[in-house]
Amino acid sequence: MMGLELSFIWAGLIAFAVLAYVILDGFDLGVGILFPFNSETRDRDVMMNSVAPVWDGNETWLVLGGGGLFAVFPLAYATVMPALYVPIIAMLLGLVFRGVAFEFRWRTKRAKFVWDWAFSAGSTVAALMQGIALGALVQGIHIEDRAYAGGWWDWLTPFSVLAGIGVVFGYALLGSTWLVMKTDGALQVRARRFAWITGIATLVLIAAVSLWTPFLDPVYFERWFTFPAANYSLAVPFLIAGSAWMLFTGLSDNKDAQPFLSALAIFVFSFVGIGISFYPHIVPPSLTIAEAAAPDSSLAFLLVGAAVLVPVILAYTAYSYWVFRGKVDPSEGYH
Amino acid sequence: MFDGIDATLLARMQFAFTVSFHIIFPAFSIGLASYLAVLEGLHLATGKAVYLRLFDYWKKIFAVAFGMGVVSGIVMSYQFGTNWSVFSDKAGPVIGPLMGYEVLTAFFLEAGFLGVMLFGRSRVGPGLHFLATAMVAFGTLLSATWILAVNSWMQTPQGFSINEAGQFVPEDWWAIIFNPSFPYRLVHMVLAAYLTTAFAVGAVGAWHLLRNRADGKPQPAALVMFSMAMWMAALVSPLQIVAGDFHGLNTLEHQPAKIAAMEGHYETQKGAPLILFGMPDNDAGETRYKIEIPKLGSLILTHELDGEIKGLKAFPREHWPPTPIVFWSFRVMVGLGFVMLGIGIWSLWARYRGTLATNTLLHRAAIAAGPAGFVAVLAGWITTEVGRQPWTVYGHLTTAESVSPIAAPAVGWSLVAFVIVYFAVFGAGAFYILRLASKSPDIHDTSHDDENGPQRAGGIMPGPFMEAASRERAGE
Repeated sequence: MMGLELSFIWAGLIAFAVLAYVILDGFDLGVGILFPFNSETRDRDVMMNSVAPVWDGNETWLVLGGGGLFAVFPLAYATVMPALYVPIIAMLLGLVFRGVAFEFRWRTKRAKFVWDWAFSAGSTVAALMQGIALGALVQGIHIEDRAYAGGWWDWLTPFSVLAGIGVVFGYALLGSTWLVMKTDGALQVRARRFAWITGIATLVLIAAVSLWTPFLDPVYFERWFTFPAANYSLAVPFLIAGSAWMLFTGLSDNKDAQPFLSALAIFVFSFVGIGISFYPHIVPPSLTIAEAAAPDSSLAFLLVGAAVLVPVILAYTAYSYWVFRGKVDPSEGYH
Repeated sequence: MFDGIDATLLARMQFAFTVSFHIIFPAFSIGLASYLAVLEGLHLATGKAVYLRLFDYWKKIFAVAFGMGVVSGIVMSYQFGTNWSVFSDKAGPVIGPLMGYEVLTAFFLEAGFLGVMLFGRSRVGPGLHFLATAMVAFGTLLSATWILAVNSWMQTPQGFSINEAGQFVPEDWWAIIFNPSFPYRLVHMVLAAYLTTAFAVGAVGAWHLLRNRADGKPQPAALVMFSMAMWMAALVSPLQIVAGDFHGLNTLEHQPAKIAAMEGHYETQKGAPLILFGMPDNDAGETRYKIEIPKLGSLILTHELDGEIKGLKAFPREHWPPTPIVFWSFRVMVGLGFVMLGIGIWSLWARYRGTLATNTLLHRAAIAAGPAGFVAVLAGWITTEVGRQPWTVYGHLTTAESVSPIAAPAVGWSLVAFVIVYFAVFGAGAFYILRLASKSPDIHDTSHDDENGPQRAGGIMPGPFMEAASRERAGE
């Protein structure tokens, strides 16, 4: 049963990597989503500089999520990627545009608006596609004979689009609360207003997706509303509601960090909720964690390294955030 | 529009396109990261301002190139799953963990310290800043190590068994990582990255030396970068040729069909000639219009005049790679290798004569050779990747078996999207790099706008420093 245990440890680690990606890249994608609503060049400079030193590290968690899935759940990787072909490719292209904008934007005056646009559209497309991919995954992926057995537009449904819009607003919430924490003056005031709007929208969309999910598949319904599992699952909405209360009180009391931390909590608890729906599947409805796992020799080999390296990574990532702590100084930046 | 076309061919075109674009950036950033670490180290050791000026100068260019490497690299990490899902399912247990280690040891290290390196000089001390730069450089080398272990295992697989699901199951990780072609490929590629960077840096230095030669004195920072680049050219080019020769001998041992294609040999011969040029033709089973040197092929590959070299006909016809591509890309790589060696030796001569700063002919040659490393890297990868066809895992899994069960239009349209986006985005990036490089490291210039330079069309191709240089002079 060694293999079973290893695969479950790995499922937890991959889930951690995906969560780390979502909350970390979530706020820097969110800053991009909010770009069109801040038309002042100076504000945009500050917004971009607030995430410029850390975005690359944030996005590396996406590579760990994808690369990790490839390494330890190759069958899940090999079935999910073809099933979500279009949203994945669109997400990657979105990430290309917004990633290069961090440098290109400073290399030109004449075409600066092009890279402002690339940063914002790329961030929005990436967020939308990640949400759609999540929705399509929750909806279920049809697998036959170790291969994806559906068409290349199966991912596109009202449910997946709703999930996509939810993630766009959710990231915008993370981005605006991040800006509340990292900026001051008029930009901070505006960020606070965005946080109110995106916060309400995010909660409404989370509620809509959550209420819809149990009716997609009776299995989800059972997991959420049958005891004893329901003891845990029913706690999730209350935890999210509590975080939402912290978010809005933090905003109305003009707190700097509390709104961002509360928004992170909303994401963490939503993520737990998704985990409750999925477990023990990795690709619902056909593939379980154990079925998708790579051979033990693969799982053990990488786990040794991950056990040592993930804490080290967290340490120097924390150090990097520490170096760039505090409000963004508008005059700083090497450009 | 793509309904009549084979999805496998489209997937291969997509992989070839995205990976070719991607490799350009790491080839540059591996070398440049090490160069930056050396510059900052020299600044700390000697206190000379010129090294810090060069560091800040190349740091901006590095940031642009590195950003493009990151985003094109993320595409690669998902490309396996979207287009090569059967390969991913089967080979994932072996190569997945190696790529996982690449992410854990290298990507996070680079990304974590890049922010400090680019933005943090005023927030951390000079020592910590140098540490950050060194970590970024170390990260690029670690990354190369892991990904080349992956590629080498696919070329010369060992240390695995195959389970009932058809997956490659790792049995001996030591054997998997240190597979027979790995050490050769690693050395060859890292040296290639260093040479690529040396010639790019050398071209920029040479251009600024040429441009300001009328002032009487050479620009000091331009001369330092040109001199450093030419040292690298002189020292690394011969090493690279030796490393390449060893790599070739290793390929002869493990992938003889690839060598036969590189050499254009169809018949197995003792005392085989070296075919300099010709037109290999797989359908006819011969290389036409050959220009050859008797016996030299055997001498190079077996180190004996009468050594036996296997021709392609010694292998099943369905295992032949597309010979003309391999044959020609190999010649492009080798030819450029000798051009780089020639410039390296020439620079030694100029240095000995004391004319390194003033030899305009050498400067012009160095500018012309600016893109040589990039082209040689691409040609080399085309040689080794096309040469291992029809296999993805050599001898065990074919390319045709590896592909995703995905409709041709999906692959075709995404290929179109990649082509448009990459040319537009990376074309702009190459343009910005060239524009940064066109600014003198010696003349203080705080602006980074495009209004004070001559107006040029956007989206020019990477590499043509020569063209940019001549345009600039014509505009003056």
